[in-house]
Amino acid sequence: MVSKRCQMIRIPLSTVAGCIAKVAVATAVMTTTPAAAREGRAGGKLMLTNGVTTIEGSSGGGISTWALIAGNETVDGIGGSAHVSVILLPDYRWESHGAAIGVHDRLELSYARQNLDTRDVGATLGIGRGYTLNQDVFGAKLRVAGDAVYGSPYLPQIAIGMQYKRSSDPQIVAAVGGRHTSGTDLYVAATKLLLRQSILLGTTIRYTKANQNGLLGFGGDRGANRRVQIESTLGYQISRQLVVGGEYRSKPDNLGFATENDWKTVYAAYAISKNLTATAALVDLGSIATAERQRGGFLSLQTAF
Amino acid sequence: MILLALLVLLQTAPTPPGEDPVAPYAMSDANVGGGPFKGVAMLEAFHGVAGIDRIVDDLVKTSQADPRIGDIFKGQDMVRLRRTLKEQFCVLLNGGCSYTGRDMATAHKDLGIQAKDMNALVENLQGAMRHEGVTFPAQNAFLAKLAVMKSNVVTH
Repeated sequence: MVSKRCQMIRIPLSTVAGCIAKVAVATAVMTTTPAAAREGRAGGKLMLTNGVTTIEGSSGGGISTWALIAGNETVDGIGGSAHVSVILLPDYRWESHGAAIGVHDRLELSYARQNLDTRDVGATLGIGRGYTLNQDVFGAKLRVAGDAVYGSPYLPQIAIGMQYKRSSDPQIVAAVGGRHTSGTDLYVAATKLLLRQSILLGTTIRYTKANQNGLLGFGGDRGANRRVQIESTLGYQISRQLVVGGEYRSKPDNLGFATENDWKTVYAAYAISKNLTATAALVDLGSIATAERQRGGFLSLQTAF
Repeated sequence: MILLALLVLLQTAPTPPGEDPVAPYAMSDANVGGGPFKGVAMLEAFHGVAGIDRIVDDLVKTSQADPRIGDIFKGQDMVRLRRTLKEQFCVLLNGGCSYTGRDMATAHKDLGIQAKDMNALVENLQGAMRHEGVTFPAQNAFLAKLAVMKSNVVTH
């Protein structure tokens, strides 16, 4: 591709670097010229192709981040979304709310606030009944290649991203053996809707040391460094408005005081309208801070424009 | 000699009644922009050539009246569009037709179509297929054929 283009614009292939630089310039010219003539327009994404906001605020499938960009905008506009999600578990109530901006279906900037009500576990851990752990998650995601719906079925939408997480409970993070109260996750995500089969496929490779998403800090006595974790999703599109599927998310297990398990969900996402998506899921979050078998329900409402 | 071969290739078919003449081009089924489905399952899901005709008529009518994309069709040869669209869908669905239209890049050149326009057309097509009673998996399978054409259609 690169060499072909270089021959096309008659640049001697003296050095590979020189060629790449020239192609980069040519690409920049090609992408900026039509953009100037482009009409800026709001909205326009196909239903459900903005995904469902995760509890970390990024666009995805509820618990795992996908390569989709938040908002209803196409490459010609700016969009956004807001969400409220709650996970009801035997021993906890995990709530997340936040908002995201999507720029030209290319860049996503997101914020989410997570609150984990420890209820009776708070008393057991000695932090007080109903003590609520909080954290802020600031995210940025960039679509680097492909399209989740259009183009070759073999080229998924690919995005890279980061999430800066900051716990509001440094004393508790220290008490449970967490090394840091803030940390940054890095990830690369690939997502594709295989129209021929109506199947949605996605996987995300996350480089993280967050304990229970970061609510229990970052790194611990059993592991100080970031490790690679995998998130996968498999879904089936039943109609324009309805997708059902499952997700799997592997987790670090850095803290000696309590085991941390991988997450599993089975979900249904329903687009009530172009601006409103409701998601319900059965979740298995395993053991959380000594409370075993946290299986429950996930409910989320997302509005997007 | 080459010129002669080109002239034969660029045969100017007589302009069908009710249509405007277009610049000569090489006619080929390859112009539809994708290979047809194998077998008859997809054709049956679309209720044959008659179903395809109804879907295209619905799609064109809805899209012309659609405030999002209606303007794109103003001043266009709608008789020709309807005919070539029916041919294209019929070829893709293995309905035993020939495609006499231009390739996707040529046909959409200078129309200034943006991503939002293509999505609006997809939504109208989904509506037309739904009205015809095409099952959702078959709708998606057909959209898969059109999805690969986006880069030749959306030029803005």
